[in-house]
Amino acid sequence: MQSPTIDPAKTALNYHQAHATDSHHAEHPDLRRFGLIMFLAAEGMIFLGLFGSYLAFRATMPTWPPAGTPELELLLPGVNTVILIASSFVMHNADTAIKKNDVVGMQTWLAFTAAMGGIFLVGQLYEYSHLEFGLTANLFASAFYVMTGFHGLHVFVGVSAIVAVLWRSRVTGHYSSEKHFGVEAAEIYWHFVDVVWIVLFGLLYLL
Amino acid sequence: MNIPSSIWTLLIGVGLTLISLWYGQNHGLLPVAASDEAVLVDGLFNSMMTVSVGLFLLVEGVLIVSAIRYRQRPGDNTDGPPVFGNVPLEILWTALPAIIVIGISIYSFEVYNSIGGFSPHDMHEPVAQEATRMPGAAIAATLNDSPAANLNQQKSDEARQDPATASVRNDNQIPQKQNAPGMGVVAPTLGASSDREGKPPEMVVNVTGMQYAWIFTYPETGVVSGELHVPLKRETQINMTANDVIHAFWVPEFRLKQDAIPGRQTEVRFTADRVGKYSLICAELCGPYHGAMKTQVIVETQQDFDNWMTEQQASASTALNQAVAAVDRTDLSPNEFLAPYTKEMGIQSEMLQQIHSFHH
Amino acid sequence: MTQAQLQETANLPALAEEAGHRNWRDYFTFNTDHKVIGIQYLVTSFVFYCIGGVLADLVRTELRTPDSDFLNPELYNEVFTLHATIMIFLWVIPTGAGFANYLVPLMIGARDMAFPRLNAVAFWMIPPAGLLLIVSLLIGDAPEAGWTSYPPLSLVTGQVGEGIWIMSLLVLGTSSILGALNFLVTILKMRVPSMGVYQMPLFCWSMLATSALQLLATPVLASALILLAFDLLAGTTFFNPTGGGDPVVYQHMFWFYSHPAVYIMILPFFGLISEVIPIHSRKPVFGYTAIAYSSLAISFLGLIVWAHHMFTSGIPGWLRMFFMITTMIIAVPTGIKIFSWLATLWGGKLRLNSALLFAMGFVGTFVIGGISGVMLAAVPFDIHVHDTYFVVAHLHYVLFGGSVLGIFAGYYHWFPKITGRMMNEFWGRVHFALTIVGLNLTFLPMHKLGMEGMNRRIAMYDPKFTFLNEICTIGAYVLAVSTFPFIVNAIWSWMYGPKAGNNPWDALTLEWMTTSPPAIENFDELPVVATGPYDYGMGNRQTVQVPLSDEQEPVLAAGPKSILRADPDPAVAARPEDRH
Ligand code: HEA
Ligand code: HEA
Ligand code: CUA
Ligand SMILES: [Cu+2]
Repeated sequence: MQSPTIDPAKTALNYHQAHATDSHHAEHPDLRRFGLIMFLAAEGMIFLGLFGSYLAFRATMPTWPPAGTPELELLLPGVNTVILIASSFVMHNADTAIKKNDVVGMQTWLAFTAAMGGIFLVGQLYEYSHLEFGLTANLFASAFYVMTGFHGLHVFVGVSAIVAVLWRSRVTGHYSSEKHFGVEAAEIYWHFVDVVWIVLFGLLYLL
Repeated sequence: MNIPSSIWTLLIGVGLTLISLWYGQNHGLLPVAASDEAVLVDGLFNSMMTVSVGLFLLVEGVLIVSAIRYRQRPGDNTDGPPVFGNVPLEILWTALPAIIVIGISIYSFEVYNSIGGFSPHDMHEPVAQEATRMPGAAIAATLNDSPAANLNQQKSDEARQDPATASVRNDNQIPQKQNAPGMGVVAPTLGASSDREGKPPEMVVNVTGMQYAWIFTYPETGVVSGELHVPLKRETQINMTANDVIHAFWVPEFRLKQDAIPGRQTEVRFTADRVGKYSLICAELCGPYHGAMKTQVIVETQQDFDNWMTEQQASASTALNQAVAAVDRTDLSPNEFLAPYTKEMGIQSEMLQQIHSFHH
Repeated sequence: MTQAQLQETANLPALAEEAGHRNWRDYFTFNTDHKVIGIQYLVTSFVFYCIGGVLADLVRTELRTPDSDFLNPELYNEVFTLHATIMIFLWVIPTGAGFANYLVPLMIGARDMAFPRLNAVAFWMIPPAGLLLIVSLLIGDAPEAGWTSYPPLSLVTGQVGEGIWIMSLLVLGTSSILGALNFLVTILKMRVPSMGVYQMPLFCWSMLATSALQLLATPVLASALILLAFDLLAGTTFFNPTGGGDPVVYQHMFWFYSHPAVYIMILPFFGLISEVIPIHSRKPVFGYTAIAYSSLAISFLGLIVWAHHMFTSGIPGWLRMFFMITTMIIAVPTGIKIFSWLATLWGGKLRLNSALLFAMGFVGTFVIGGISGVMLAAVPFDIHVHDTYFVVAHLHYVLFGGSVLGIFAGYYHWFPKITGRMMNEFWGRVHFALTIVGLNLTFLPMHKLGMEGMNRRIAMYDPKFTFLNEICTIGAYVLAVSTFPFIVNAIWSWMYGPKAGNNPWDALTLEWMTTSPPAIENFDELPVVATGPYDYGMGNRQTVQVPLSDEQEPVLAAGPKSILRADPDPAVAARPEDRH
């Protein structure tokens, strides 16, 4: 014979009340960071799809880049790459600053990061305007513009996020050492954009 | 009468097996097999069908028996027994399907190998020594300075050696892709069967798919045709590509299908072994008249084939002109476009009538 | 005391009298309550089902005769393209999200989803995207390259429609990604403290597996669509061979998403079935852990089998063999589920109501589709039947016989919870009978058609196939008719059905431990998990005769000692003494 696992007497009315300490309408713990990381995983897959298709084109074209594609200039994009990578470190300082409740420090570092992102974008546009091929010139050209353009869009969103954080930080106490998810989110996003660029740079310019 | 349940289980098992074995051989679901390859594929299907019938009867049987035997009786509101699982049983029903699918995989692998899926030009084989004997290899070699020869380009050049093929194919306007391991650009879906491995096919036909027609050219004779004639029991290789969108070459009685992809050269080899007329169907959606893109394969004795070939050669030049004229006139509406081919391609007149009526 | 009473008693506070009824206007607003959003999803996608079904019947009417006499060939292509797009992206996938929205927070004892506003955003992307597609049909410029939309065809026919299709799919894909993100975070982070992962109802496991797939695979579809859009609108040639592009690359990218998509379309309903079957057969689910892990296995394997849709596209032989084997292996975890459900039914006390009937119908017909799937995976055979009605038969057996029957099982099962009222059993059974008959009439003959030589996506076919096609068409009409008893039953019961009470099925999962419909924030107090989710048959029994089990042997033990049972997590068990 078997008996139920749980003694009914012990479960009688509300016995669990004692340990159900949560207040009635308590907020659940902050899950935004976890959510953001999930979102970036999805974004990463978009880029992975683009990278994969690029490699497939590369493998099936008889010559790559297709004959007649002008050589890509390395200097400007190289400088741009260094700026973008450096900006990730700069950005990290902002996070460190706000964790010490240093709002002004945070604002300074953020402003630097945004400026560096801006320089990157301007550099990219400059590069576009001086390239000898257009979007539809050949497969490489199309892939080049679509991939760098899509990444550029992400840089733009990242810069906008940083500017938005800066704007909000005008209000004293909006960000503090306890409460600075906005800063953190912008930073995570910025690192993501940076990592994507490194892969992209390797694929398009170096490989 | 008191029969132990294990005996019942045994009897049911034997019964299921017998029914499955019988149905697996007698399902009557496949059309006649008209090529050597088809017989092998049918063998595979029959054995899959046998296993499937067994599984199907088992699952449906359990469902029906449970519904009858274990239905809730009126007034009985108690629960069933608290069974949470049974490890040996679970191991059994994990292992059994695993064994079955491994078995099917191995069998499929065998069949695929015997119908030539891995030969003759698998992507990994060094193609260099073979390439030298191929016509057109010299051109390809100069065009392409990478050390690995571009087999796809070679195949394309090879086919275009035949003026009839060159005139219906516009792959000079569609750049040829390179063959890349893992990307599969030259696709020997079905190459030489294993006993003929390494030997060149006995006959080659070049096929070009275009909206909505198949154009066959015979490189040996320069004949252009809207239907495919092949001699009985002679291994035939079809080299195909497409001029516009993707089409697929399908002969149900041969159990053969291969996409014809613009920019890629694909091929199939088969040996027809039954005289008759079969339909050759385009199996890849290629536009509104995809359903009308059909022609015939005529498998005939060597004698009949030769007669047909001589007949065709006589009128070859006119057919070619027609074909070229039609290909260039891309502004025509589908029915006008199809008109020149209809006679040769054996498109039934009702079909054309239909196409005509949509248009107005 | 039975387990259900036990669970209800333990959660007594959650039964507080708080009417969960809402003003009907709430359903038309940007509401962030997961239950409102769940209903929004379910109702919207059902409307799209009707539209997709009407399109299907147009297809079948055309195919009643060999000639193309009802729709012209362009229109035919537009109709089946939209039929498939709507059924997949606006019916089955959003319905999965709808059930998950409604049920997941309730089942894990949460008050709402992790990100309620994001949740509402994800829903509100669906109606405009769906309308776009329908408008494209109305303005006579619908996409006509099939739901797979292979270039170069999709670049040269129906370009306006193609543009609309791409846009609409990008929006729907985004919605699906955002939904998945929300489910993942909710399931992983918001369970009541007394619920470890092994006390989660199996539906949550299946949503975990589904959401992971959505999160990782859908973005790749987005990249394919972005490139396709550039080809279509900006004149690039990624997939256009005339410019050196490669159509086969599109196929790889498309199927990298769309194969996992078929599991996105079936896993949630595997989950629903795993709830419905034990509850109505009054037996614990057989092999909880195996079912839970098989979902994860299916979702992982689902990511590495995509090229089985491309066996005739000219990929190398060894790759075909690789994809054949990985594809076939999926039969193993799926088989585990099927056999576990059968073992759950076996020896139970089956309450053969509409919900259980549909669930059993699901098992019976899905198996047919699954087995034909394994046949398709065998390369030499697939070379013969690829792009024929055999594939059409397979896909409808798994999608209609699987997903759609699963959805109906879910509707009948949770209707009392969602509306607070019972559905009519008689009409439910009529619906079931008509559906099963119609489904097999429509789709069974298609197997033979395909093998005999009828290719798919054609408006006109060889007259020798007329007879079987006529049967299919009659079946499709039966299916159309079968829907009406359901629609009428649902509307009537929602308004006038008998009151359901909180737990009409004597179920144990937490959604039944609150009012019907649930109160605004689901539970007044944090619910507790006093029993495992499937501990049926453990209370109020004097003797237990358990087939295939041995009391002494823990491995074979049924009942409380079984190692296969979802025990309360010792760290947070309901009884203080059990915690250590
Ligand atoms: C819900 C959707 C769904 C599901 C679950 C599946 C499940 C499976 N599918 Fe299917 N499939 C589609 C939807 C789905 N499919 C669609 C929409 C298409 C067509 C797309 C298009 O071209 O438009 C398609 C096409 C398709 C193809 C390509 C056909 C072609 O175009 O040539 C293949 C080939 O391998 C395939 C295989 C499989 C397999 C092996 C499974 C397996 O997961 C099935 C596993 C289940 C079982 C096997 C049954 C239960 C198991 C047992 C009882 C155990 C014992 C069984 C054995 C040992 C066999 N499917
Ligand atoms: C979930 C997916 C799903 C579902 C449920 C269905 C359901 C049905 N499908 Fe479809 N179908 C696909 C997914 C689906 N299909 C896909 C992916 C393709 C491939 C497309 C391609 O090749 O690109 C396809 C293709 C396809 C074809 C092949 C077209 C071709 O290749 O030429 C056919 C032909 O018979 C068909 C028929 C049907 C029928 C009769 C139903 C029936 O089951 C439908 C039954 C439902 C109804 C009839 C609705 C009932 C409701 C009413 C009638 C209510 C009336 C309205 C109001 C009250 C507002 N479908
Ligand atoms: Cu050509 Cu279909
Ligand atoms: Cu698939």
